[in-house]
Amino acid sequence: MATPPLLALRGICKRFGVVQVLADIELEVRAGEVVALMGDNGAGKSTLVKAIAGVAPADTGVIEWEGRAVPIRRPHDARDLGIATVYQDLALCGNLDVVGNLFLGRETRRLGFLDEVEMERRTRDLLERLSTGLPDLRAPVVSLSSGQRQMVAIARSLLWDPRILLLDEPTASLGFEQTSEVLDLVDHLRDRGVGVLLISHNLADVKALADRAAVLRLGRNNGFFNVNTASQEQIVAAITGATENVPRRMAHREVDW
Amino acid sequence: MKGMRNERDNPQAEAAAHTADPRPSRPGRAIADVVQRWTAAGRRRFIASELGSLPVVLVLVAVWIVFQLLNPNFLSPRNLSNLSVDIVGTGLIAVGIVFVLLIGELDLSVGSISGLAAAAFAVLNVNNGVPEWLAIILALLVGTAAGTVQGFSVAKTRVPAFVVTLAGLLTWNGLMLYMLRTSGTINLDENGLVAKLTSYYFSNEGVAYGVAAFAAGLVFLMSYRDRRRRQAMGLPHRSLRSIGARTGLLAVVAFAAAYVLNRFQGLPLALLIFLALVGGLDVVLRRTPYGRQVYALGGGIEAARRASLSVVRVQTAVLAVSGTMAAVGGLFLASRITSVSQSSGSGVLLLNAIAAAVIGGTSLFGGRGTTWSAVLGALIIQSIASGMAITDTPIALQFVITGGVLFAAAVIDALSRRSQEAHGRA
Repeated sequence: MATPPLLALRGICKRFGVVQVLADIELEVRAGEVVALMGDNGAGKSTLVKAIAGVAPADTGVIEWEGRAVPIRRPHDARDLGIATVYQDLALCGNLDVVGNLFLGRETRRLGFLDEVEMERRTRDLLERLSTGLPDLRAPVVSLSSGQRQMVAIARSLLWDPRILLLDEPTASLGFEQTSEVLDLVDHLRDRGVGVLLISHNLADVKALADRAAVLRLGRNNGFFNVNTASQEQIVAAITGATENVPRRMAHREVDW
Repeated sequence: MKGMRNERDNPQAEAAAHTADPRPSRPGRAIADVVQRWTAAGRRRFIASELGSLPVVLVLVAVWIVFQLLNPNFLSPRNLSNLSVDIVGTGLIAVGIVFVLLIGELDLSVGSISGLAAAAFAVLNVNNGVPEWLAIILALLVGTAAGTVQGFSVAKTRVPAFVVTLAGLLTWNGLMLYMLRTSGTINLDENGLVAKLTSYYFSNEGVAYGVAAFAAGLVFLMSYRDRRRRQAMGLPHRSLRSIGARTGLLAVVAFAAAYVLNRFQGLPLALLIFLALVGGLDVVLRRTPYGRQVYALGGGIEAARRASLSVVRVQTAVLAVSGTMAAVGGLFLASRITSVSQSSGSGVLLLNAIAAAVIGGTSLFGGRGTTWSAVLGALIIQSIASGMAITDTPIALQFVITGGVLFAAAVIDALSRRSQEAHGRA
């Protein structure tokens, strides 16, 4: 192995009470690579994203950053590594304006006070690059449309030049034009060497954009696919469980219970 | 897009520019156009609930007009000056409540803490001869400590703050009764520092006018510098006309207040301290990273956590602020009657403080409001109380009317929240 992957998950497990939501998850994301994370509802995709982001840390297992095991116990830890996340529920503060949300937790200061002018300028510059149709930067986010809010969440994740971007269904509430804007953006980020983990239900998008696809089923890995060579049917079969790519799954579960 | 932003920022200037359009046009259409722009801007503002404190100010004006009609002494300099001192105790406590409401919680212990702090001061200073300045500091620290304990408990146990502080209400009250067990009522030194808090007036007329000029000048300077930086960066900014209008309005109100106060005994020290604290804490809330975190917690605790904010720290700090402000308010209330008794901090004080924050426009749902709402709310509540007193209205009716105003404020709060969300969904 020449260069270790930027991010690697080794044997990630997490349980909520008696429910094993993630079991022995393996995953690698390299710099300049888009990995699609696929799976049916309840497969554990969002839970995995939250584990990487430090919001709901894994119970056991190792997260490696450039080949080195790193502890991610809090959102802070992930952020400092350069991991940025767009959550499915966006995790925006509705009462704060666009600028406030973008910089939340890392406000630009000037003599100890908030430097609103500088923050607004950076917000404007970033949003102008990302998308057409700039929202009112000083409007509380709750008054924006869901598409605009999605763009705010995406903009926030890009503000500090992340090295890994976790996107949990980033195009779910976007219209046609905005969706293609976001997909172009992901493409562009890959070219700049950012590693992207993209959760999506849209096989066409995944085929068009991702380099590899990792499928989760019932909290376990259920196959890795090269999206250029794998057929759509193969991936769908892994998602629905028609093919079992991890042996002894049921046996394992009986032990756990 | 930029043009739209500008228009939104100063509809007056835009509208004025429109009427001044040199092209010949039918005046009727121009006026219709202006009206349409105005109402559109108004609607946007209402939806974004940027209407600010205008409705509250209108209520205050209405209350004043009604009582002035009932009794021509209501708006006399003497009564207004007394009013401005009477609001301070409750108002300071309400400022602390604003902090707690902003994170979407409620603090029921502030009345008890204010009594406890006042009792601590009296016992230390009067009974044990501790110097006054030291006793004041210790009394404030008692409030801070009580608030910190509560805040930390809320943050760590995740029991809602209103339950923790309800337990606090009883505990601190018991502690106060224990401290006062031997003395009952303690009279404070009539010429002491604490007594002066509410009895000292700056009789020199220049002080009141100077403070008014300073405040207006400061606001103008800040707005002007903000505008220059924004302009330099090509960001939307207020027009000079709009800055001038805002500062002018502030100056008119400030100088009118100074004039009225000077016609009685001058600027009350209590009012100066109150306004300075409210202004200072407003800057803390709206211009510092700490304040931003307070608002963020009220806007979504999970979102704040994911943005790597320390929820425990912010919650603890907020309840510590409210405990401290309760102690400050308690000292002013004790100062007003120059005594501390077992009934200090009890009765309607807690309810009035919460009502003041809510009536002034701080949202019960968290995340919206400013410290100035404590001033406006306390002013409305105290105006009603004062008006009722000088018109010999029974106290029963006073409660009913204050209750009605509080209910109306809560309904407006809920409605504006709903309209905001409905707008977002569209």
